[in-house]
Amino acid sequence: MTSKSQIESPQRPASVSRRGFVGGLSAGVLGAVATEAAAAQTLADVPDRGPGADLGAHSERSRFVKIDRIPEAGPGKRNVDPNDAINSKTPHQKLVGNITPTDLHYERSHSGVPDIDPAQHRLLIHGLVQKPLVFSVDDLKRMPSVTRVVFIECTGNGWENWKKADPDLTVQNTHGLVSTNEWTGVPLKFLIGLAGKEKNSNWMLAEGGDGAGVDRSIPLTDEIVNEAFVAYGQNGEPLRPAHGFPMRLVMPGFEGNLNIKWLRRLKFGTEPWMTRWETARYTQLLANGKARQFQLRMETNSVITQPSGTMQIQPGYNRISGLAWSGHGKIAKVEISTDGANIWKQAQLNQPVLSKAQVRFQMDWVWDGKPTRIVSRATDEQGNVQPDRQSFIAAMGSNALFHYNAQQTWSIDEAGRVRNVLA
Amino acid sequence: MSSHDNRLVAAALTLGLLAAPAFASDFGRPATPAEIKLWDIDVAPDGKGLPVGGGTVAQGKQVFADNCAACHGDNGQGGIKDRLAGGQGTLASGAPVKTVGSFWPYATTLYDYIHRAMPYPTPGSLSTDDTYAVTAYILSLNGIVPPDGKVDKDSLPKIKMPNRDGFIPEPEFDPAKLFRKK
Repeated sequence: MTSKSQIESPQRPASVSRRGFVGGLSAGVLGAVATEAAAAQTLADVPDRGPGADLGAHSERSRFVKIDRIPEAGPGKRNVDPNDAINSKTPHQKLVGNITPTDLHYERSHSGVPDIDPAQHRLLIHGLVQKPLVFSVDDLKRMPSVTRVVFIECTGNGWENWKKADPDLTVQNTHGLVSTNEWTGVPLKFLIGLAGKEKNSNWMLAEGGDGAGVDRSIPLTDEIVNEAFVAYGQNGEPLRPAHGFPMRLVMPGFEGNLNIKWLRRLKFGTEPWMTRWETARYTQLLANGKARQFQLRMETNSVITQPSGTMQIQPGYNRISGLAWSGHGKIAKVEISTDGANIWKQAQLNQPVLSKAQVRFQMDWVWDGKPTRIVSRATDEQGNVQPDRQSFIAAMGSNALFHYNAQQTWSIDEAGRVRNVLA
Repeated sequence: MSSHDNRLVAAALTLGLLAAPAFASDFGRPATPAEIKLWDIDVAPDGKGLPVGGGTVAQGKQVFADNCAACHGDNGQGGIKDRLAGGQGTLASGAPVKTVGSFWPYATTLYDYIHRAMPYPTPGSLSTDDTYAVTAYILSLNGIVPPDGKVDKDSLPKIKMPNRDGFIPEPEFDPAKLFRKK
């Protein structure tokens, strides 16, 4: 980007302070850090208006905004070579609202991101059906469609805090494996109708076109048949390759890995296939050595994103904000404690509150400057309450690796430094 | 959206179920048995989907050295990627080691996964017999198949893995109970 208007006017040295102001603002609003320098500035310091850059074919972020996902590997394996990364996390500490920007939606891929020409992609539907069918991307786009805002969450979200809390983690490190987008596609029910599923088929194998051929057995419950869809649209445009281009399964409320990306096969059968991912991988080892299997639904969860890990706040007014979500349905309420889980106050939920989508919550808070801990807990419309860490670990042990939804606590020391702690 | 499509949508919605068998011929094309066979690679615990073939531990040792050891270590341990052997008896400890031998409940899944996803740079490139052979070798590293043993289409589903009973299905989606009461 070297357009003329992107370079500030050379006649005005004040543009330096303008740059400082804007930079400070982006950190301040989004990072809950007060910007003292901005207060001293007069309007005379603000650069003159003038013609801007040429209109482009698409919009880029401001050069003053630094906002990126971070590729990581397993728990504690950060700052890895991209070649070794297995996921890439959403920067929730820098986001506002309910919808995750498309390019910042978290990514978990098991064999890289395939480069698929949609003209050569096919979806095969077979198994216990009356009519095995092959569809192209264009076939799907001609069908009746649904559009829905849903969260997708990797079962590994939160996995940094199973055994210990690294104080240097941001909310991107701890909770960057969940995002919310608007997805558009064909209802699974419509495809089932076209192929004519046999009545005795209650399980469906969904398989991706990636190198790993990731596949999961999906129980055809009424809820899943009514809500699942094969998506080709993401926030109004074709899927991004990292998120399954040209088509993926969307399973509202269920484990991220069930939302099979680069979908190329749906096979109908009578029993689960016991694939590697539903046996050796996405199962939760309990303290007694047994593993929970087919824990498919994502739990009731929330996290405070502002202020959060590694930020620094000032005494006085601070607005607490965060995100809540549940695979069981809508979030009913979010409570916040600013005294280490003793007194809880109900936060405001921003509209709209959608089923199986993330919702933004916020609450005013005046910090007295004394060390404390802040924590949120969500309750969904089914009455499920996000557990405190102690009772969560008592039930799940600390070896489960996946499905961590314990309350996230941030400590604040006398200097206002916000740090990741267990409770 | 064209008026044609609008009519389809309206008609589908009128049916109420978004299931529109009347328009089936308008979407996609029939899949032929020959092309289904190309993609129908999944293997079930009862052995359904396993191709005709077999391989010995001895053959598998060479296949493993040539294709797998670089990531998984010479004996399925100590590599840069998933450990494949050992770990029995550790699952209830503070430092569980999940391997094929200590954790995987079905031997059939091993064939399926190797054929589907391995070797990482060229998934599915091993021959059927080489896939059986390397499956046999990994099982032998875990003491499940003897060093002079072999596996084939018929014997693989009969192997009872050490951790076969180590899983607790979630009540809501327990395959043994789901859909049974209807």
